[in-house]
Amino acid sequence: MAGSAQPRTMFEKIWANHIVVDRPDGYTLLYVDRHLIHDGSYFAFQRLKSRNIKLRRPDLSFGTPDHYMPTDTRRKEDITNPNSRRMVTSLAIHGAETGVTVFDIGDRRNGIVHVVGPEQGITLPGITLVCGDSHTSTHGAFGCLAFGIGSSEVTHVMATQCLWQKKPKTMRITVDGHLGKGITGKDVILAIIAKIGAAGGTGYVLEYAGSAIRGLSMEGRMTLCNMSIEGGGRAGMIAPDDATYQFVAGRPYAPKGAEWDAALARWQALPTEDGAVFDREVTLNGPDIAPMVTFGTSPEDAVAVDGVVPDPAAATDVVKREGLTRALQYMGLRPGTPIGDISVDRVFIGSCTNSRIEDIRAAAAIAKGRKAVVPSWIVPGSGIIKEQAEAEGLDRIFKDAGFEWREAGCSMCLGMNGEIGRPEERIASTSNRNFVGRQGKGVRTHLVSPAMAAAAAVTGRFTDVRRLLD
Amino acid sequence: MQKFTTLKGVAAPLNMINVDTDMIIPKNYLKTIKRTGLGKHLFAEMRFDEQGREKPDFVLNKGPYRGATILVAGQNFGCGSSREHAPWALLDFGIRCVIAPSFADIFFNNTFKNGILPIALPEARVNELLRFLLELPGAEITIDLPAQTVTGPDGKVDTFEIDAFRKHCMINGLDEIGLTLEKAAAIATYESRIAKERSWV
Ligand code: SF4
Repeated sequence: MAGSAQPRTMFEKIWANHIVVDRPDGYTLLYVDRHLIHDGSYFAFQRLKSRNIKLRRPDLSFGTPDHYMPTDTRRKEDITNPNSRRMVTSLAIHGAETGVTVFDIGDRRNGIVHVVGPEQGITLPGITLVCGDSHTSTHGAFGCLAFGIGSSEVTHVMATQCLWQKKPKTMRITVDGHLGKGITGKDVILAIIAKIGAAGGTGYVLEYAGSAIRGLSMEGRMTLCNMSIEGGGRAGMIAPDDATYQFVAGRPYAPKGAEWDAALARWQALPTEDGAVFDREVTLNGPDIAPMVTFGTSPEDAVAVDGVVPDPAAATDVVKREGLTRALQYMGLRPGTPIGDISVDRVFIGSCTNSRIEDIRAAAAIAKGRKAVVPSWIVPGSGIIKEQAEAEGLDRIFKDAGFEWREAGCSMCLGMNGEIGRPEERIASTSNRNFVGRQGKGVRTHLVSPAMAAAAAVTGRFTDVRRLLD
Repeated sequence: MQKFTTLKGVAAPLNMINVDTDMIIPKNYLKTIKRTGLGKHLFAEMRFDEQGREKPDFVLNKGPYRGATILVAGQNFGCGSSREHAPWALLDFGIRCVIAPSFADIFFNNTFKNGILPIALPEARVNELLRFLLELPGAEITIDLPAQTVTGPDGKVDTFEIDAFRKHCMINGLDEIGLTLEKAAAIATYESRIAKERSWV
């Protein structure tokens, strides 16, 4: 490393720091600094047990049940589906057997795995972090390499604390300029995915750069990195800076004292150096980004709130045209319909994309003094966020405005816990996927920012949130 | 893991791009605590109606495609969630190979771990195969993994890329955990170095 003249990207530095073995066939055995586990990791624990293999580093593994737990109760006994109950309850049991720390249901630190990691200071700059969940890309907001893996790989990490990986390509997405009023990380990432496409980032690690990105809070950066996977990128990352260090400092699992100083010195050397080369560069102009709304069944189907539902006939490629036609049919939308004319039946504010304190504050700012005209849920990302919001009186604002204030969890993002919409119900959702059937069979999901979701809740349609601010 | 060498079988055309893992195995079926038996729920929402009856126009409900062992689809196959239930469901249905112009990364990795071979072919060729298969229901495709070839129903032979390590594991039905555990010493050396260099990690 010493004396290497070639300027390096942040990704390359982190990668180099984690090589255990480099094989001549291009595979690297990469060390995993942090492994996050959730209630869906049931199979991996079972497989480890059946093969009689010990979990190598329980001290680097942390668990929190989130997917299968209903958000109107904190009692596991209330889970009606016996298999779901088993997945939730067995996490703590597996944790106790293997020595893995679990923030169980009832613990205020429990919540969505990608909210809990950063909140506890488990997520740190410069590390490698994996989890059996595709939205693990979230953690890259801290300048680390974080990516989702499948269940077999989860078992592999449990057994070896490593993964065989081939070095991915790198893509830098630069967004410069000031973001307009009311424009959030969610709008930025939806605009990016609309530009590069749902497969645009496949095979790449994405680094987000530029003044608009640096101007985002840590919450905004997490939202952005969270949805990297919706643009095909397995990981997304943002260089750590003072905002990062301020967020991390003092968190329960973050380094302290002399270790903090040593860590900080290393972290400050992480950002991509001038002149480092990426395999692909994409740029967007920050001031051009408007509040975004998806209209179809892929996150790439996003337009500005003042836009219209596009016409499939305009698509040049046949498969694309057919796909869009099918999507509009599913969504019950006609080409040319102004987004602002689409009324919604329900609102969901939550998920690992948008359930952090800043998201809840942004929604509360819109809800304050107004009334929700459709059923609207607020599902905080963790017990701690719930407490903080309550301490700030945000729960009162929501309740007064007729919103439902719930317990932490994944909830209607995926509905694995039974919280789903009805067929043909149209939901303004702050989650990350608008796939067919994602929020329930036949449910029509539109992805938006928390403020846009709150605006839809109080007006019953997609409303440009910029008109409700001031 | 099941070995994979050669495969000759009926290929089903799924003429869609961005086939996501929510489509492959809807979340209702993630509540299972077993890895087998998911095949009957493969593509459940596209395959069955509200009453659980087969939708006649879905490809896997039509005649010879019911016995398909190969799936041919549009780009970005397997995008979305990391759920390994997706390859488990494909495998349980009997699918051993998916051919598409491109795959989502996590799904791509997951298939190899379960003895399913993902093959990326140029988009033009995939479209050609899709057309063939739609016109000739029941047409077969032959995969030869050692030779890295795909022979279409039109007799045309395409070669495909696969990295040597994955090919070796597939052909021999090897699982990586055993191989990695042999590197335990290197892992321990790495760990002790990092404990000094970056003690906070
Ligand atoms: S909130 Fe949604 S996307 Fe995030 S981990 Fe939970 S189910 Fe997955």
